[in-house]
Amino acid sequence: MQLTREEVQRVAMLARLRLTPEDEERLTEQLDNILQYVGKLNQLDTSGIEPFTHAVDIANPMREDAITNEPNTDALLANAPEQENHFFQVPKIIE
Amino acid sequence: MNLAALTFHEAREKLRKREFSAQELTEAVFRRISETEEKLHCYITLSHDTALKEAKQADELLRTDTNPHSLLGIPIAVKDNFLTRGIRTTCASKFLENFIPPYDCTTVKNLRTSGAIIIGKTNLDEFAMGSSAENSAFFATRNPWDMDRVPGGSSGGSAAALAADQCIVALGTDTGGSIRQPAAFCGVVGLKPTYGRISRYGIIAFASSMDQVGPMTKDVRDCALMLEAIASHDPADSTSANRPVPQYSAALTGDVKGLRIGIPNEYFVSGIQPDVEQAVRTAVRQLEKNGAAIKEISLPHTDYAVAVYYIVATAEASSNLARYDGMRYGHRARAKDLTETYMLSRAEGFGPEVKRRIMLGTYALSAGYYDAYYLKAQRVRALIKKDVDEAFKSCDVIIAPTAPTTAFKIGEKTQDPLQMYLSDIYTISVNLAGLPALSLPCGFDSEGLPIGMQIIGKHFDESTILAIAYAYEQSTDWHKKKPNL
Repeated sequence: MQLTREEVQRVAMLARLRLTPEDEERLTEQLDNILQYVGKLNQLDTSGIEPFTHAVDIANPMREDAITNEPNTDALLANAPEQENHFFQVPKIIE
Repeated sequence: MNLAALTFHEAREKLRKREFSAQELTEAVFRRISETEEKLHCYITLSHDTALKEAKQADELLRTDTNPHSLLGIPIAVKDNFLTRGIRTTCASKFLENFIPPYDCTTVKNLRTSGAIIIGKTNLDEFAMGSSAENSAFFATRNPWDMDRVPGGSSGGSAAALAADQCIVALGTDTGGSIRQPAAFCGVVGLKPTYGRISRYGIIAFASSMDQVGPMTKDVRDCALMLEAIASHDPADSTSANRPVPQYSAALTGDVKGLRIGIPNEYFVSGIQPDVEQAVRTAVRQLEKNGAAIKEISLPHTDYAVAVYYIVATAEASSNLARYDGMRYGHRARAKDLTETYMLSRAEGFGPEVKRRIMLGTYALSAGYYDAYYLKAQRVRALIKKDVDEAFKSCDVIIAPTAPTTAFKIGEKTQDPLQMYLSDIYTISVNLAGLPALSLPCGFDSEGLPIGMQIIGKHFDESTILAIAYAYEQSTDWHKKKPNL
């Protein structure tokens, strides 16, 4: 299956990445190459095999729903690109 | 005596005997850095002033404390994907070029509690994605054994700093081989512990089902001591194992009689550099002389491991890196609306390898492709796990080369991403199965480049790995060799 430029554009939008036309061309070729390679997994019969997601057998550890960390607004805002009155200032979300 | 060339266990003993002070040790390390850093480029950020202040405090404690903390006064280099409070943490990315974390990751917290001195943050491939440290947005680190060559990656800065005595011990992370392969390329010891052995809290996430922190050291004893100091159960990391931490250094007896070593057939096929194969086989024969039993085993799905990894790891990465949106921290681009802010911040902040992997991972998880790629890969991952479970029924550890070649030249593998990915073949299955594995030096090739041997163990059986590594190490003197800088 050949990866198309349109698919690369669709995926770039999902990933919120702006690509230049050169990026698109290069990525289409490189990703197609890699996808051809990983396609070898289809040589294997995996019917009846459960997907392996957890390397070590741990169930969700639970704790009391209590606040355990100190409030630290200044420290948390210190890296903000823009801030105002102890809020993160962001571009308009609702038109 | 060149203090910077000491191991952790040597330095600790001599500090307690008052042969020199923690300040003198830290100053010696910084002197070494100033002599070699222009050529090597191991560090993104150096903490000279804070380190000397901490060393002074360490000296006071050493004077009065009858039972000083295990790492008191020891200079440590930390890979720049560990959050360090007040010390710039960039992940070698333009996106985080000016990011100063408001908290320490648990591992660094443990280091500080143990009295370690943090020298600085070392270079890596951006967001830990790479096998050469060439994907850093800032500069490529050089291999101290041959400065036209890569130190390996992604923990290339830590490995090179260690090999060059720019620190006494170092920390790295390993998701597909990123501690072990640079350790092999730079002639040092590197351990990736069992998944869950060391907390991932505050480690900048790449692939959450595989990322692990690990020590990088000048010898095996140092490695065991470091693991004792930083392994812990951490309630802040829901994947952290709630298991006691054994005294790993007690396993270093030198006795390997009766231990069974499996050698996988599939790891010694074409593509491996002949002197790498030679060195590993010779090392295995040495262990046999020491009393271990050697047998051939099979890991039939080895050939599929790289394919599985580059679907699963990139899928997890695409999810983990979604947080870099320019809203709360990091680079924010000038843009006309919200969507464009996201798209431009990320386009400007991320390098080409990071973009490539985000794209691959997003594709593999997207509607219509999720079953064919991501689920399929996770099913094959189960088969790979089954292979190792089967193998461990008849052996205690598996031994293999760490990498198919010694350190390659800078720029040699950057043209074709797939070529770079294929060089991870021996390390990757370990991360997929969550196993512990260590790399240590087992010789040099005809160009004088270090060769690494990998020892893979059962879950939470780092003790057996360290025991075998120690026995081998003490039968040779590879660990005493230093590069000519």
